[in-house]
Amino acid sequence: MKFGVVVFPGSNCDDDMVHVLRNVMQQDVVKLWHKDRDIDSFETGDCIVLPGGFSYGDYVRAGAIARFSPIVDAVIEFANSGGYVWGICNGFQILCEAGLLPGVLLRNSNHHFVCKNVFLRTETNNSPITSNIMPGKVLKIPIAHAEGRYYDNPAELQQLEDNGQVLFRYATADGAITEAANPNGAINNIAGICNEQRNVFGMMPHPERAAETILGNTDGRLLFESMLATTSSKMLV
Amino acid sequence: MKYIAEIDIMPHKELLDPAGKTVLNNLKNLDISGVADIRMGKHVTMTLEADSESEAADKVEKACKNLLANLIMEKYEFSIQEME
Repeated sequence: MKFGVVVFPGSNCDDDMVHVLRNVMQQDVVKLWHKDRDIDSFETGDCIVLPGGFSYGDYVRAGAIARFSPIVDAVIEFANSGGYVWGICNGFQILCEAGLLPGVLLRNSNHHFVCKNVFLRTETNNSPITSNIMPGKVLKIPIAHAEGRYYDNPAELQQLEDNGQVLFRYATADGAITEAANPNGAINNIAGICNEQRNVFGMMPHPERAAETILGNTDGRLLFESMLATTSSKMLV
Repeated sequence: MKYIAEIDIMPHKELLDPAGKTVLNNLKNLDISGVADIRMGKHVTMTLEADSESEAADKVEKACKNLLANLIMEKYEFSIQEME
């Protein structure tokens, strides 16, 4: 399996992601420039990552302009053919703008840029990035965003909930879903979701900032380990 | 022909608008009272070439629908005028 990390003008978490994948997880990883159109060297078992940052200065809306970068059409095609696509923070916003994930990320309800560790309750292990995590397990992973208030219209939201597409919710340290534990006003405390086919996933928290002992937090590593376990078990079959 | 489009984009009424709320809460610093609500959106002017007003409207519509507004959170309306 290999990973491709897309760099948009204004991405700033691409190096963190490459570092964790290459040096911590010992994976094959390449950077992809947003003007590339050709990602044909990536196969279905591979993963394209859209990292965090402020693509195009967040002008118009976060992710709205990046969605029209040439590589995104190729990423959409890759996702539609079953390839894994993982968006983190700005990457999540781009995936929503591109229609690969439902909903939208609105300005935080308190109007602040929020940069801190938060607790996430894992909602399902039925996704590549949560396959090794027990449902209900609480992870401590940092967020850093001003537009992270997940929202979708009631009909789509219901569908998302009914299909078990919510991967993580903001929670207290002991896993209670409360308003006080919600750092941005996200509807139903949603922090991360996947698509119906479960090969595209997006989340506002940054697991790549919490994957090494030296950083004092390795909870994020569980997501990378899940991803690798999913793909290696598929390769055995 | 040259046209100018005046585009207004506003957050849906049912959504919290933190920017509008912050402005509303701080109007008291200007000694302004009696303001019930503020909603903040965007105003965009677009100058464009087109063979007709309807072609210009099609272009503006496409820009609004695909980039300038996200219909999950916003609505848009626009007017077009031919420039002298």
